[in-house]
Amino acid sequence: MINGLLGKKIGMSQVFAADGQRIPVTVLEAGPCTVLQMKTIATDGYEAAQVGFVEKESRRINKPEMGHFKKAGKGAFAFVREFNALGDCAVGDQFSCDMFKPGDRIDVTGTSKGKGFQGVIKRWGFSGGRATHGSMFKRRPGAIGQSASPSKVVKGKKMPGQMGNERVTTQNLIVVEVRPEQNLILVRGAIPGPKNGLVEIRQGIKA
Amino acid sequence: MNIIDKLELEQIKKDIPRFKAGDTLKIHVKISEGDKQRIQIYQGVCIKRVNRGLGSSYTVRKMSGSIGVERIFPLHSPSVDKIEVVRVGQVRRAKLYYLRNLRGKAARISEKRMV
Repeated sequence: MINGLLGKKIGMSQVFAADGQRIPVTVLEAGPCTVLQMKTIATDGYEAAQVGFVEKESRRINKPEMGHFKKAGKGAFAFVREFNALGDCAVGDQFSCDMFKPGDRIDVTGTSKGKGFQGVIKRWGFSGGRATHGSMFKRRPGAIGQSASPSKVVKGKKMPGQMGNERVTTQNLIVVEVRPEQNLILVRGAIPGPKNGLVEIRQGIKA
Repeated sequence: MNIIDKLELEQIKKDIPRFKAGDTLKIHVKISEGDKQRIQIYQGVCIKRVNRGLGSSYTVRKMSGSIGVERIFPLHSPSVDKIEVVRVGQVRRAKLYYLRNLRGKAARISEKRMV
């Protein structure tokens, strides 16, 4: 067993609960993931299971990749990531979304949508200055520190910069439904990243 | 057909009668008290329909004594057992928000004449 799966974000929808309440859900296509390599303390210094997800066209594989995939002998994969191995797990094993069941708490990691270089209002939620009456302080961040003491800008000061397109984990999401025959997981709430984005679905560490 | 459409199609009800804003409806609402389930009827005028696939809804307004009550039902909600169209109204708007400002006789809607 491994502690997670690779998946693809399909999009958002809704389902009705038994009492008629609407539940907002994100639909994820999760697995099947094939174990390609077992990392061990003896050879790699740590323990993990390397898994592949989504078949890759043969013309897209370069020679070093080909050699690595040949060792497992389970075909080539577009995405390769590592998960923690729990219990028995060997090269060639396949894991699908039936490892999760409704009610489970999971953590989902994805790459958030890129927003480009943004100012402090969009990036950090600063309130900005007044818009009218000759204002010359519309969307500016204001002062960023004191004077001679400490004569530096504190580390981590919220300033303009790249927003989005970073690794984001949403914790403690509830699994609403699992459909092993379609490889689908329905998760309550939103998940970072665009549609068709790669996501890592792990058992919740807070569960 | 994409996965989301398929998923939503499964939940869409196919036995919904035709009705529009202005129609008087009887909504059979399932109410569960403990482990028992019973049906309560809510009757009023449909003042609004929102067409958004599985997210579609409609609003039913009734006068409870002198107080106006509006309930918004999801069109495909499993807690609605049945929708009955009691009376088809003749109206010239899609959204009957003007009813909120009217009382008594003025808030009547004439029945559509069927030819």
